[in-house]
Amino acid sequence: MKKIEELTFISRQIRIDVVKSLAEAGSGHLGASLGLADVFTVLYFSVLNHRPDKPLWEDRDRLILSIGHVAPVLYAALANAGYFPKQELMTLRKLGSRLQGHPGRDHGLPGIELSAGSLGQGLSVAVGMALAAKMDKKLWKVFCINGDGEMQEGSIWEAAMSAAYYKLDNLTTIVDRNKVQIDGENSDVMEIEPLVDKWKSFGWDVLLCNGNDVSKLLKVFSKAKSLSGKPKVIIAETLMGKGVKTIENNYKWHGKVPAKEDVYDFIKQINNAYNF
Amino acid sequence: MKVFNNKGDKSTKIGFGEGLLSAGSRNKNLVALGADITSSVGMNIFTERYPERFFSLGIAEQNCVGVAAGLALAGKIPVFSTYGVFAALRTTDQIRISVCYNNLHVIIGGAHAGISVGPDGATHQALEDIAVMRVLPNMTVLSPCDAIQTKLAVEAAVEKLNSPVYIRFGREPVPNFTDENMEFNIGKSQLLHPGSDITIFSTGHLTWHTLQAAYLLEKQNISARVINIHTIKPIDEQAIVKAAKETGAILTAEEHQIFGGFGSAVAEVVVKNYPVPMDFIGMNDNFGESGKPDELMKKYGMTYENIISKAKDLLKRKK
Repeated sequence: MKKIEELTFISRQIRIDVVKSLAEAGSGHLGASLGLADVFTVLYFSVLNHRPDKPLWEDRDRLILSIGHVAPVLYAALANAGYFPKQELMTLRKLGSRLQGHPGRDHGLPGIELSAGSLGQGLSVAVGMALAAKMDKKLWKVFCINGDGEMQEGSIWEAAMSAAYYKLDNLTTIVDRNKVQIDGENSDVMEIEPLVDKWKSFGWDVLLCNGNDVSKLLKVFSKAKSLSGKPKVIIAETLMGKGVKTIENNYKWHGKVPAKEDVYDFIKQINNAYNF
Repeated sequence: MKVFNNKGDKSTKIGFGEGLLSAGSRNKNLVALGADITSSVGMNIFTERYPERFFSLGIAEQNCVGVAAGLALAGKIPVFSTYGVFAALRTTDQIRISVCYNNLHVIIGGAHAGISVGPDGATHQALEDIAVMRVLPNMTVLSPCDAIQTKLAVEAAVEKLNSPVYIRFGREPVPNFTDENMEFNIGKSQLLHPGSDITIFSTGHLTWHTLQAAYLLEKQNISARVINIHTIKPIDEQAIVKAAKETGAILTAEEHQIFGGFGSAVAEVVVKNYPVPMDFIGMNDNFGESGKPDELMKKYGMTYENIISKAKDLLKRKK
């Protein structure tokens, strides 16, 4: 396992790569991609049992990204983990690129488990994978990334019900709780609270955590690992735009990208946030 | 040429269940997903024999499709079936993204297809499923004509493909007239009756009606070619172009909306390659209603009598 300092260093790098690739792309979703940088760092550099040199290794843990719009942070994590050359990040969203606006398996990028982006679908797919692993008595685990706005999709709760019914303790989903979505605050668009109670009542083990704190994330994943008998949800409280002070917690940055001339300033802000 | 006889009425959903049982006995990766109505779609024939390969997921069709995609990604061959209205239409976005865009070997069984579902009425009569399923990239659409052929279609879907499949079948017992030795080649049509004046392409339950129509037209000295199309996508372009050239008129028959359905698929091939006069038997932009299956088929113009009269009208338009 990597030390906290190492993971922190990687999360800084992932944030910088997210900013650069999105500025180059000229469109995409910066806010939640930055907010999730720590979660992706901890997953790809500590939690997941995977082999970047052998992406289809049969016994790998599977990570399903249900909120496909945060593809930039997935791509940055994969590239930093060694799945593909980092310079390819600069092809994001361009014609012929393996880095589609939302992940698309048919374009051949190593490490992509699912083409996704229509909200509310990924958790069902994760349930299917976890069921298959249980059926075959495989030890690999399934992780899923959901958004808090996504909790408004009814199919999420269909999936939640089925995971608990089949006691899928090999499934952990992470809800990115940044409290904002395109139209504004979740609570103004459509209230999703009480979120912890909802998941509990659906039969899940629920863990709450500061999703922008690497050491706390490490602890919560290790706690989740120790629980058995139920599927697990980690509600990771994050800040949209985390690391770039001037855009933090501003829902207007959900689907916006920095202008190329702002990249230097954004990276400077990220380095400041890390006291780097 | 062979005359087809009814070997006894049998529901195509029974053929669906029998196909799952036979394919499932040969391939242990086949798993079934149920949305509460497992026995009314014929799936119980498989699940009673292999309960450990059945997952009940409740009345939650969107989740069923996603779970199927996940199972397929992990090496299983999932079959999900419920009434066609739900299997194809409630879940269209899940089928489009989680199944078709990921190009996964998921088999979706659309049961209770067509108006012949009868008394349940419009809500449960799947009349738009062909149109919606055939527009999705990577999807194969199968519409077998009787119980025997439905069993063969399921076996082919499991054993010959590695991509998404939609199989359409009905509830009412209908004439069972093909035989197990008739090869089921995905994408290949079946010439059931020779003819030179007109070609009638039919799919699903209406193939039996079409054959009856052709036998009666023969007595009136009209030679109607009957071609059964069990694979609506990819469609047998060669047979359609050949029919257009050789018979100069084409009628299509389906228990489905005319807009966007099977007839439209045939017409796309005809207009591109060799335009000839065409007409369509099917639902004419209406919802169905309650009634006995045969009453409804008659009221909405999908019987052998309608096929005969439209065929005759079409012949008048022939150059």
